[in-house]
Amino acid sequence: MNEVLQEKKIIDVEQIRSQFPILNRKVNGQPLVYLDNAATTQKPQAVLDAIQKYYSEINANIHRGVHTLSQEATDAYEYSRKTIADFINAKSSEIIFTRGTTESINLVASCFGKKFVNAGDEILVTEMEHHSNIVPWQLMCEERKAVLKVIPVTDSGELMLDELTKLLSSKTKLLALTHVSNTLGTVNDVKEIISLAHKNGTAILIDGAQAIAHTQVDVQELDCDFYCFSGHKMYGPTGIGILFGKEKFLNEFPPYQGGGGMIKEVSFAKTTYADSPMKFEAGTPNIEGGIVLGEAVKWMKNVGVKNIAEHEHELLHYAIAQLKTIDGVRIIGEAKNHASAVSFLVGTNHPYDTGVILDKLGIAVRTGHHCNQPLMKRFNIPGTVRASFAVYNANEEVDKLIEGVKRAKKMLS
Amino acid sequence: MLNMTETKSIAEVEEQIVEEFELFDDWMDKYEHLIEMGKSLPFIEQKFKTDEFIVKGCQSLVWLHPDFENGILHFTADSDAIITKGMIAILLRVLNDRTPDEIINAKLEFIDKINLKEHLTPTRANGLVSMLNKIKAYAEQVKLTRSHKS
Repeated sequence: MNEVLQEKKIIDVEQIRSQFPILNRKVNGQPLVYLDNAATTQKPQAVLDAIQKYYSEINANIHRGVHTLSQEATDAYEYSRKTIADFINAKSSEIIFTRGTTESINLVASCFGKKFVNAGDEILVTEMEHHSNIVPWQLMCEERKAVLKVIPVTDSGELMLDELTKLLSSKTKLLALTHVSNTLGTVNDVKEIISLAHKNGTAILIDGAQAIAHTQVDVQELDCDFYCFSGHKMYGPTGIGILFGKEKFLNEFPPYQGGGGMIKEVSFAKTTYADSPMKFEAGTPNIEGGIVLGEAVKWMKNVGVKNIAEHEHELLHYAIAQLKTIDGVRIIGEAKNHASAVSFLVGTNHPYDTGVILDKLGIAVRTGHHCNQPLMKRFNIPGTVRASFAVYNANEEVDKLIEGVKRAKKMLS
Repeated sequence: MLNMTETKSIAEVEEQIVEEFELFDDWMDKYEHLIEMGKSLPFIEQKFKTDEFIVKGCQSLVWLHPDFENGILHFTADSDAIITKGMIAILLRVLNDRTPDEIINAKLEFIDKINLKEHLTPTRANGLVSMLNKIKAYAEQVKLTRSHKS
């Protein structure tokens, strides 16, 4: 690579890669090429160290003890909440620790349903939602005798906005929509859609699982009512996630689960509940996960979310261009605004077959329906092969993917 | 259709397959062989490719149709993925045209020896584990029906 190109690089990929021990391992005798970041990202040393530090130095239960360790653990946990709140421009009281995006959505579906949804009301989702942004709403609609309606997707993988406008009615209580599609990589114009929903008096939940590691999220600028994401897709640990909710909703919501930590006062006659976020965090939480997620956020801020986004954008568009040079490759999802992941099919080859051969070459991609069965049905395909990128991926890895796809194509033809 | 020539035992067929796969030095040759097996075998009749005979995996689909005649079970099958089809071909080479008892007692440890066990784990979700369970369930079922009759 010549010097001019070197200078233009936003990210020193080698330096970043050196912080991820797992990237040194071999798979099936080949150096690992990890392109399944939309499923989960790998963890930098700073995050691994933070896990070790928590258990070696301050492990104690939080929000309870007067002893020093408990105080330190509580401080670290709440400091992390503040770090995450600042990261998306929210208040700490609006940040609820959950197990992940799925639990965040279930929490809203359950509490919002009980408080605001009645028989005949409508909930809107889109055809490109992950199952975890469909099924909780189906369950809630069944319970509240409400109706689930679906905004369709175009052939290029974008939302049909005029259909959205038609579907919004006085009965529409909430619109749940993904920020970035996990399969198509489509970036939805959430700001515009939030504004449309609000004009209609409809609350809006954004599934940010595929956006949070790739774009700067500002919940105040977006003006969304709820924003959900998972720690493990943003260089943090598994089993921890975030629900951002506007105070006006969280204050109105009934508790999600009962238990320790979420009460003001308990008696057999009547129990009163703590304010948000405690009201929604019954029982001993994932303390380690909560604290370490804060460290992951700090790590991302150090690298710079904008730098991460630019680097991934380059990788993605390089990958799409290279894939298109292979005869018979069909890209699924060609939205104008596209981030982080590319889905494709090779001729009539089944995605499973391509995935198995790529794995033999040490290349980790995702194959299948990606928890998007309605979307697969809409495109009339059994699934796709999906390559998804993170800040530590290099152009050379895209080259290996392309070589791998060519080899798989040859073997399967 | 019942094959009247002397058939090899399950153990013998397994041994034969292991020897066949020992010829391959690297994974590519092995998978090419697997893919060829998937392509070359006669599969299920189109009329049986229905929901009744489908085994749904998360990654690939399998169709399995059982026939029972003269105390022998015969299966035809298909999949939408060629590597899964190749695995079906290997499994049916061992399990086809057997008595229910032979099928019930089959351990299929040879899959481990030819290093293809990764395709037979539930986490792969390619439908193969469910297909094997179905084959065994059919064998149990016909065995039960027969013992009731006798």
